[in-house]
Amino acid sequence: MADAETDTLKRTPLYDLHVSLGAKMVAFAGYEMPVQYPAGVLKEHLHTREKAGLFDVSHMGQAYLKTTEAPLGSQEAHEKIAAAIETLVPGEIRKLKQGGMRYTTLLSEEGGVLDDLMVTRLYLDDLQGMLLLVVNAATKNEDFALIEERLEGVASLEVATDRSLIAIQGPKAAAVVNRLMPGAIDQPFMTVRPHMWPAADNSAYIVLSRCGYTGEDGFEISVPDSHAVLLAKALLAAPEVEPVGLGARDSLRLEAGLCLYGHDLTPEISPVEGNIAFAVGKRRREEGGFPGAARIQKEFAEGPKRLRVGLKPEGRAPAREGAEIQSTDGRVIGAVTSGGFGPTAGGPVAMGYVEAGFAETGTKVNLIVRGKPLPAVVADMPFVPHNYYRG
Amino acid sequence: MSVKYSEDHEWVKAEGDVCTIGVSAHAAEQLGDVVFVELPEVGKTFAKGDEMAVVESVKAASDVYAPISGDVVEVNSAIVDEPAKVNEDPQGAAWFVKIKPSNASELDALMDETAYKEFAGQS
Repeated sequence: MADAETDTLKRTPLYDLHVSLGAKMVAFAGYEMPVQYPAGVLKEHLHTREKAGLFDVSHMGQAYLKTTEAPLGSQEAHEKIAAAIETLVPGEIRKLKQGGMRYTTLLSEEGGVLDDLMVTRLYLDDLQGMLLLVVNAATKNEDFALIEERLEGVASLEVATDRSLIAIQGPKAAAVVNRLMPGAIDQPFMTVRPHMWPAADNSAYIVLSRCGYTGEDGFEISVPDSHAVLLAKALLAAPEVEPVGLGARDSLRLEAGLCLYGHDLTPEISPVEGNIAFAVGKRRREEGGFPGAARIQKEFAEGPKRLRVGLKPEGRAPAREGAEIQSTDGRVIGAVTSGGFGPTAGGPVAMGYVEAGFAETGTKVNLIVRGKPLPAVVADMPFVPHNYYRG
Repeated sequence: MSVKYSEDHEWVKAEGDVCTIGVSAHAAEQLGDVVFVELPEVGKTFAKGDEMAVVESVKAASDVYAPISGDVVEVNSAIVDEPAKVNEDPQGAAWFVKIKPSNASELDALMDETAYKEFAGQS
């Protein structure tokens, strides 16, 4: 394939490894990424839930945000950088412990979600006043431009163009990572720890975070490009680990009830409507001070007009993104934003937005699939229980 | 007679006055793991090119088009119960429907094995 589109696509440092593993490569967010390996989406999905899957997520954006108002390495510096980022996101960043991370959202002035992201307070004492941001691939350029513009004069943004991101997810992930990075097995959920790896003279600074996008225990590992292949091969050498592509990444996150930005969250949708209220800190809810606070506080007080809910179609036919949601008397009340077959759930699962009056679990609705009403019920998410480390 | 293929990746095998139809091994591989199959009712009439069945993989939904015109005389409900059969034996046990052709000359317009292999390799 040498058409104009693929010529402009970027490749991650793991590209050659994917090809050598037999991956089917597709265009995704400007990158050539593995959608599946020879095992196929179904087996890759089930393997991740049973053992451990390795995912290349190097297309995602990583950046360091540093305060310019205080010297790095002090509590004051942390408070300065936290205050700065809190003008853009509604998450509780100030009270993060060293090495703590939060899922939150970049907001428009109207309180819509411009992106969802991870904000991490780095662990080491001398890095206080510095946050690591991990944002979606498709939105990273806009995100970084917005952050730079809004925080000019109080913070500087350094995009980590030389770092890859490798996720390892599944019940065996901690044991595997612990063999390479001792101590990982006891690392709390939603924290980062620094490692120098491998422990020889050729070592690289690794930021090991215990989080993920599958509902399983696991890690996302920020590694210099120079060591990305070495690390991926070391992880794949473990008998529990198989490579997993974007196809299974999507079915895993769907079963886990997690949002895909651009589909389940958009600039029109607020975090309250998106049913990700946990992205808004408790203190922040009361104090406001983030873009669109008036709308978001009103939605907390009065309830949103629409809400993201889980949907379980009856029978085996999947309902996919875009399917209309109707009340049982035939009125359009929303639309499916993600949907497909859940290999672990053993049937079709979906999520979408409905008018608030239809958001109660157990509410019967119809999903319009190929012109016909497909009966479904509003269901609790996740569809498959989360299996996070709660040490 | 031998198996013929449509440009939409269906295969057709004529035996007596009935034609068995399914999706090609190439199509099954491209689809990935099949998780849902919807078949037409027996007795339904299709014109060549009509949407006849639906097959969904974990990744996406695809229509199966009638490669020739005719009436459905039998459907393979085993693949509705076990969609994974479509990946296991797409050109054998996992046939979709049997139809009685209304215009047998339409078969002549389909590709033979060699032509289809070339076609599928390029698509």
